[in-house]
Amino acid sequence: MMKFIVAANVALIAVLSIANATAQVSTHILDNGLKVIVKEDHRAPVVTSQVWYKVGSAQEYGGITGVSHILEHMMFKGTPSYPAGQFSEILARVGARDNAFTGKDYTAYFQVMAVSHLEISFQLESDRMAHLTLDAAEFAKEIEVVKEERRLRTEDNPNALTYEQFMATAFNSSAYHNPIVGWMDDLDNMQVEDLSLWYQRYYAPNNATLVVVGDVDPKQVFSLAEQYYGQLPAREVNYHKPRIEAPQVGQRRVEIKAVARLPYLLMGYKVPVLNTIEDRSEAYALAVLAGILDGGRSSRLSKYLVREQEIAASSGAGYSLYAAQDSLFLFDGTPRSGTSVDQLQAAIEAQIEQLKNELVSVAELQRVKAQVVASETYQLDSVQRQAYILGSLETVGLGWQSMQHYSREINKVDADAVRAVARKYLISDKQTIAVLTPVGEQSELAKNER
Amino acid sequence: MKVWLGVLASTLILWQSASALPQIQSWTTDDGTRVYFAPSDELAMVDVAISLDAGSERDGSLAGLSTLTHSLLDKGAANMDADAIAARFEDVGAQYGASVSLDRSMITLRSLSDETLFQSAVDTLLKVIAKPSFPQRDFEREKNRLLIAIQNGQQNPSDIISKAFYTAIYEKHPYAQSGQGSAESVQTIQRSDIEDFYQQYFIANTAVVAIVGDLTRDQAEQLATNISQALASGQPTPKDMLVADSTPKSKQEHIVFPSQQAHVRIGQLGVARGDPDYFSLYVGNHVLGGGGFTSRLVEEVRSKRGLSYSVYSYFMPLQQPGPFMIGLQTRADQAQQALQVCLDVLDKYQSEGPSEAELELSKRNIISGFPLRIDSNRDVLGYLSMIGYYQLPLSYLADFSAKIEAVSVKDVRQAFRKHIDLDSLVTVIVGNEAAAK
Repeated sequence: MMKFIVAANVALIAVLSIANATAQVSTHILDNGLKVIVKEDHRAPVVTSQVWYKVGSAQEYGGITGVSHILEHMMFKGTPSYPAGQFSEILARVGARDNAFTGKDYTAYFQVMAVSHLEISFQLESDRMAHLTLDAAEFAKEIEVVKEERRLRTEDNPNALTYEQFMATAFNSSAYHNPIVGWMDDLDNMQVEDLSLWYQRYYAPNNATLVVVGDVDPKQVFSLAEQYYGQLPAREVNYHKPRIEAPQVGQRRVEIKAVARLPYLLMGYKVPVLNTIEDRSEAYALAVLAGILDGGRSSRLSKYLVREQEIAASSGAGYSLYAAQDSLFLFDGTPRSGTSVDQLQAAIEAQIEQLKNELVSVAELQRVKAQVVASETYQLDSVQRQAYILGSLETVGLGWQSMQHYSREINKVDADAVRAVARKYLISDKQTIAVLTPVGEQSELAKNER
Repeated sequence: MKVWLGVLASTLILWQSASALPQIQSWTTDDGTRVYFAPSDELAMVDVAISLDAGSERDGSLAGLSTLTHSLLDKGAANMDADAIAARFEDVGAQYGASVSLDRSMITLRSLSDETLFQSAVDTLLKVIAKPSFPQRDFEREKNRLLIAIQNGQQNPSDIISKAFYTAIYEKHPYAQSGQGSAESVQTIQRSDIEDFYQQYFIANTAVVAIVGDLTRDQAEQLATNISQALASGQPTPKDMLVADSTPKSKQEHIVFPSQQAHVRIGQLGVARGDPDYFSLYVGNHVLGGGGFTSRLVEEVRSKRGLSYSVYSYFMPLQQPGPFMIGLQTRADQAQQALQVCLDVLDKYQSEGPSEAELELSKRNIISGFPLRIDSNRDVLGYLSMIGYYQLPLSYLADFSAKIEAVSVKDVRQAFRKHIDLDSLVTVIVGNEAAAK
């Protein structure tokens, strides 16, 4: 067994260098400050173009939560040159897929299309970067759509409701406290003027990154970008408040009662991320730790909690080292029938204790690394995925180059480093626990919710 | 608009690319497994999908049986237990998966193409499909997990409506049953049922293997032969056929559920794979509710009235006639209004069909967007599996754009009139009492 792993790892490293050699990235910054990142991928005559703005729910404050996301919706509602409906129709005619997404740290817009239509995407996307109409009548309808989206994704989804309360408990002073979609009361009272302010404050070429991945020549992309985005003036974007979360000084716990059939447990430990950590190797060690716990079916939560102890029907762990601010090392799970949430929590914490006391095996460590290296190749199968990684890294301030360091840095992590970060960061004073307690469909709570 | 058309003409010259259709090779192994292979050496990886005639329609009275069988394949095989199997795949960075749909099941493997790594991943895959041991303890545990997954569905209005809708339109046909099964049916499944299911349906002569990636033809042939030999040869089992005149007549169902939104679904039986009207219905539905923001349903329900975040319609062609459906979710007290808007849109569309301009827009969208359908190995794998399993022509992708282009307004109108009967629509609503008013 041992011999096989060593052989496999040598081969994986050889494969890794091939994957990197094909990764051609070129960058250029326009005079107005727009950063353009181009990655060539000539496998198919397609291209994706994404514009990432450095604004998301983490910039929002009380009373206007959800404004970044609603503005994202309204970006499809027209400019003087392309009134409502035309944007979608023009892109539909050329067969483009287009959409947008809002996160804590970013708002991003994308089109995927046959490569011959890239110019149309630039024309439309640059136009709405500066000339959005923000019509009050369109807003009045769209805010209702967004409320339906919130009802669909959160209100009627007990686990999502639990996650929302969990985040609001774990984060007090930073805006990670607020859901990306916004609180319903803020949506009820949102004004189109709130969106105008947001648009003027954050939508400028110098607060954005354009990412293009596909069957393109970077020089042509740069000159097209100059032609369309280059005309837009830079604007002062100085409304940045760090909003660093106040230190957590003790364990927190919250219970959520909702109409549901199954209990659910969420647990998180405050941890720094690549962007905020003093010693970056610790962030990579935390990523490996997440892989040891939940990197595939062979990982510890599946092996011990689901299969061996039969405590969890499912259980997961995760750490995103690419957030802009300090984040959470997450655990979640659904107990198997006949087992309580408390038992599940104790079982997860026992796994954490073990990681603090004993070094992980060489075999486990190699397995996590093998999966990381392989997924670097697999992600090349999607231009969207490649652009997403480049755009998010650039937007949170890490720089797109971090992508190229990832597997090398992961490969450096050893068992001592994994144990060290478990000891340092997975501590109960930094822990938040949320428990979903199901109530029946005939309960008073269920009636009140209507 | 005018400016933009000028731009289009100039960029076409700049960037004219040859269309990049996958080169599909097909053959049958000595054991009767049909193989579809598209070589692609640009990435050092291989995707494999084995389609089996072992979908949930084979569950019989034991709904959930196929799902449970497939979840157990990697829980014990040859001399390995679940831990060993998972570790062997993951040691080489390979990704194994198994999924079940109505008509078929699919077992997939994604691996790097490096010979050592790939051989190890394939060796594990072959053991999993050839010698699953279905250990009793794993059987009990996976059964318990399936029961929990069923409970999870019962707290989710979109799962509830999906199950109710299939039950309403398929009644006694196997397509009526959920792939997960019900608490009652799953409780009754015994380990011996799993073994019997495996014996009966994991057979080489009805299996279809799709391979995309960095392999030579010789390597692909060897792989397909090994997969084929790992499966037993057996007798194909005849299917329960849908009796055409058993199509249920119009019915309305309201399932009371304490969610804030009501989920609404409208539909009836649609068409089978290979139906000559399929492309007319596909393009026609694109105008109706398949084409996102330019479709009539999105325009009327979302853009004009703000009633729903998502509203759509589609035909899902299966081996036997699959469903046609319209779906949306809205605040419960708006459910009847939204339902009426959809029925009005459908009614008008049925009588008038699309305008020339609408049809043209949809055709341009589908044809111009064609390269996006096949721009990844994963997409191509999906098409190869579909072409192979449903025995569609090998030229399916090459002919696709011409078939779309050929559809006329008249074709759409005729196809909708033939296949959609407004008097036999089934409507299901899941939501609180306000949704009924």
